Amino acid sequence: MIKLDSKVPAGKLEEKWTNHKFNMKLVNPANKRKYDVIVVGTGLAGASAAASLGELGYNVQAFTYHDSARRAHSIAAQGGINAAKNYQNDGDSVYRLFYDTIKGGDFRSRESNVYRLAEVSNNIIDQCVAQGVPFAREYGGSLDNRSFGGALVSRTFYAKGQTGQQLLLGAYTAMNRQINLGKVKLFTRREMLDIVVIDGVAKGIIVRNLLTGEIEKHSAHAVILATGGYSNVFFLSTNAMNCNTTAIWRAHKRGAAFADPCFTQIHPTCLPVHGEGQSKLTLMSESLRNDGRIWVSKKKQDMRKPNDIPEEERDYYLERKYPTYGNLSPRDISSRAAKEAVDDGRGAQGQDAVYLDFSDAINRLGAKTIEERYGNLFEIYETITGDNPYKTPMKIYPAPHYTMGGLWVDYNLMSSIPGLFVAGEANFSDHGANRLGASALMQGLADGYFVIPYTIGNYLGGDKPTLVKTDHPEFDKVKKEVEDQTAKLLSIKGKRTVDDIHKQLGRYMWNKVGMARNEKGLKEVVEEIKELREEFWKNVNVVGNSNDVNQCLERAGRVADYLELGELMALDALDRNESCGGHFREEYQTEEGEALRNDDDYAYVSAWEFQDVGKWKLHKEHLEFESVKLATRSYK
Amino acid sequence: MGWLSRALNSSIGKKFVMALTGICLILFLVIHLINNLTLFAGPELFNSVVKGLDGIKPLIRVIEVILALIFIFHIYEGVRLWWENKKARPVNYTVNGSSKNSDIFSRTMIWTGSIVFIFLVIHLRTLWVTFNFDPTVHEGHRYYDAVVSAFQSPVYSLFYVVAVVILGFHLNHGFQSAFQTFGWNHKKYFPFIQKLGMIYSTLTALAFASIPIYFLFFFGGK
Amino acid sequence: MNEKKINLTLKIWRQVSPKSPGNFSEYKIAVSPDSSFLEMLDEINNDLESRSLEPIAFESDCREGICGTCGLVINGEPHGPLRKIATCQLHMRNFKDGDTIYVEPFRAKAFPLVKDLIVDRSAMDRIMEAGGFISVNTGSIPDANAIQVPKDIASEAMDAASCIGCGACVASCKNASAMLFVSAKVSQFALLPQGQTERYNRVEAMVKKMDELGFGACSNTYACEAECPKGISVKNIARMNREYFMAKVKSDNVEV
Repeated sequence: MIKLDSKVPAGKLEEKWTNHKFNMKLVNPANKRKYDVIVVGTGLAGASAAASLGELGYNVQAFTYHDSARRAHSIAAQGGINAAKNYQNDGDSVYRLFYDTIKGGDFRSRESNVYRLAEVSNNIIDQCVAQGVPFAREYGGSLDNRSFGGALVSRTFYAKGQTGQQLLLGAYTAMNRQINLGKVKLFTRREMLDIVVIDGVAKGIIVRNLLTGEIEKHSAHAVILATGGYSNVFFLSTNAMNCNTTAIWRAHKRGAAFADPCFTQIHPTCLPVHGEGQSKLTLMSESLRNDGRIWVSKKKQDMRKPNDIPEEERDYYLERKYPTYGNLSPRDISSRAAKEAVDDGRGAQGQDAVYLDFSDAINRLGAKTIEERYGNLFEIYETITGDNPYKTPMKIYPAPHYTMGGLWVDYNLMSSIPGLFVAGEANFSDHGANRLGASALMQGLADGYFVIPYTIGNYLGGDKPTLVKTDHPEFDKVKKEVEDQTAKLLSIKGKRTVDDIHKQLGRYMWNKVGMARNEKGLKEVVEEIKELREEFWKNVNVVGNSNDVNQCLERAGRVADYLELGELMALDALDRNESCGGHFREEYQTEEGEALRNDDDYAYVSAWEFQDVGKWKLHKEHLEFESVKLATRSYK
Repeated sequence: MGWLSRALNSSIGKKFVMALTGICLILFLVIHLINNLTLFAGPELFNSVVKGLDGIKPLIRVIEVILALIFIFHIYEGVRLWWENKKARPVNYTVNGSSKNSDIFSRTMIWTGSIVFIFLVIHLRTLWVTFNFDPTVHEGHRYYDAVVSAFQSPVYSLFYVVAVVILGFHLNHGFQSAFQTFGWNHKKYFPFIQKLGMIYSTLTALAFASIPIYFLFFFGGK
Repeated sequence: MNEKKINLTLKIWRQVSPKSPGNFSEYKIAVSPDSSFLEMLDEINNDLESRSLEPIAFESDCREGICGTCGLVINGEPHGPLRKIATCQLHMRNFKDGDTIYVEPFRAKAFPLVKDLIVDRSAMDRIMEAGGFISVNTGSIPDANAIQVPKDIASEAMDAASCIGCGACVASCKNASAMLFVSAKVSQFALLPQGQTERYNRVEAMVKKMDELGFGACSNTYACEAECPKGISVKNIARMNREYFMAKVKSDNVEV
């Protein structure tokens, strides 16, 4: 039975983190080397945590299923990272970044966590610059900023269109330094398949060596999961092919509450689907919306080429509906507006797509400036679609991109299993019902560099957990369960391929748990997913064997988890009888079709406790707002 | 001095030795060519130039030894790099796409170099040994006649022409490559170095080739 | 969207394990020109799996050309015939109906084969671990704007830093040399003021590790630059050479 305690420190919002840092238990520097910490995942959150913990003196074991720690999907973030530096003198502050983030999240996140995020945002930029991250600069040599969706100040730092790459490489090099010093031991090509909980405390993990198929046991004093989000439940998303929910889902099944699973972000600027063979969707950085104008034809089923549609027949719907924020409206609003236009039959040349047009910006600033700003993005677009965005407007459409939901964590980023910490996208903590652009990088690095290193010390120094050796019977028991599941998957030998079932699940999720949801659809989809899950366990065909590289088996294990997670997402969406952020329930909208929040009944975090497959118990963490007034989110 | 030996035996160090010896050989070729071009002025000038050099024999011997060492290092390091580089890819590609991403001169340095080496041995035998040790040539200072007689042979002349053209290929890559190895690749200067290398290698090949062609076809064999 | 499919013959390298012999298997497929190369392989694999045959093992992840996981040698060229893209960004509209395409893994002593088209490129991480970092602890840092970097220097460092670590430079080099990869990191830090403190130790340590791991030396053929998905310039190799000489002349290190 889970008891939720957010452990938010007392005191004024601005002082909580400072006070908490002072009140936390410390580990004597000489004792740090006696503690082992496991970090699963080497993206922004994982690598930065591993590096920082190694620097402090802990013995870190870092795990990734990639061949190298540098491949994590953080690398694909294009646009930038927010920080409240106010270098542009345009009125930014920690409080404003906090307020924008909590408002952007439609008031469904914890004030204290979000404030801390804004507070440490500045340290992140300092840290990354010191590591040699080549951020964009002004001619005078100081750091350059750009503006991003959901904000009226320029607070986004960027490195070309490759900010995520540069930040990840910064964390990766910091971790490499610790590997070189022997403080971090890196295990590559290991996929975490379970955690080991002994007497209610996390003591280690079970991983599969993806080269040999061996199931390995690893123990430590504390475990950190930094394994990213679960957008691939939709099959088609902007996540990398291997991104999956397995690590957090198996932790969930061992007792970690899963928070707000239905809060998924559909990113407005992705490339449209080309056909049945599509394997994933490509994101075009949101920064494009700084200079690009989004429009569709005013006429339905307008099959003309975009350049043949005269100005007066174009509907710049974001500028029309939200004059203040216009094309920079937050992601959920922009995505939904695109869907509305397409549902209205006004999609670009009859496709599921809208136009993103740079002709005005090119006329105003010149093609050279646009090339400097977005050259590589334009190249990517042309490579993929064969169209030249300097000449014809881009076609874009929303796609699943980020999951605000994740494992429930307290203020210390510890899950409901003591000793199990969760960082980055894998936790639910900071973005509420919608994440603002350039905030994911910020959160991942905040957790890894500036939060976990403190809070883990508090846990180790306070709880003084013991190290359990891997010959403990519980390790063997969990290992056996993992091996049994592998054997079962391989023994089914049914008719349908793993991808085939995954695609079907993805269609269910996109149609009924996607950008717009309703009670009827959600109830249907719960049943559909259950049926599909049954079919999977009877009729999937997993080729190959378990003691070798077997990518089919890897995918099958992940899809098995999606088939459970998908149901929980639908149940969560069904429970939340309101519209907020990325969660839009068609029954709850204003007359103008805007999201209608219900703060009286739903100002809570839904934290689901796993009881059995298809059976959960809902716990609610009520959100207290002391500093901000809950307002209707308006970007008009 | 272990650090120096380790430095020179590192991948970059070996390239440095190649580049440095290569540049020395490039300079040597310039001097050699100027010397040879005096052939076009007739026997008197050529014979007196060689005779002049003979007059400072001890110095020339020292220079020759240094030159030989430079050659030996260049060849030794070249062969060693080639062998070690081959080992870095034990299994070759079935379809080799290198013609699409690099020019042929850069990929064939070991082969053009080997041909130049064979040429060098024969060339030393035909001319250097004759100049130094053939009593009629050496004592009578009849160097010019020795050259004429060597190029009487169409086979030798043809081989000479082919070899210097291949030397041109070798130089075409080697010239700019040496600067790249030294780290002198700058957007302001490197295009100039590349052009200079192209002009140098073309002129060197043409000028050396003109000698046997002149003696074989235009000198009339008299 | 293009409805017309193109017919291709694929000859794909299959090898169960490093020790067993490998060979080319032939596959015929009709594929949409809008598909990516890897999506075409997905289709083949889905078909193989549906017939209970082992799918072709190949790696990919982001499929946006940034993670560096994918890397196939297509008709003799790493990442295929197009310039400045990774394999995942190669689309089938670049091939003609009736084409035969050879697909091989990256081949280098330092990249031992794992299975089919998968190779082990961890040697590149070993080089990075040897010195490809700036030693700065979390938190012990000045304000970001206290370190001023001229715009052109920052942008040159960024160009070098955009390396995705895919290993195409090694795969395309006739000597399987990792110079472009190593020099990109050396250059990034040599250019920036933050990298100056460890400038000489870094280049010495990284080059030493690179040599130990069995990569070849550079012959300046510049195939690496041509095949690099990020178009990283061989000027970086020149800079690394320079840094190396300076390190040898100036550093106090006699151990390396």
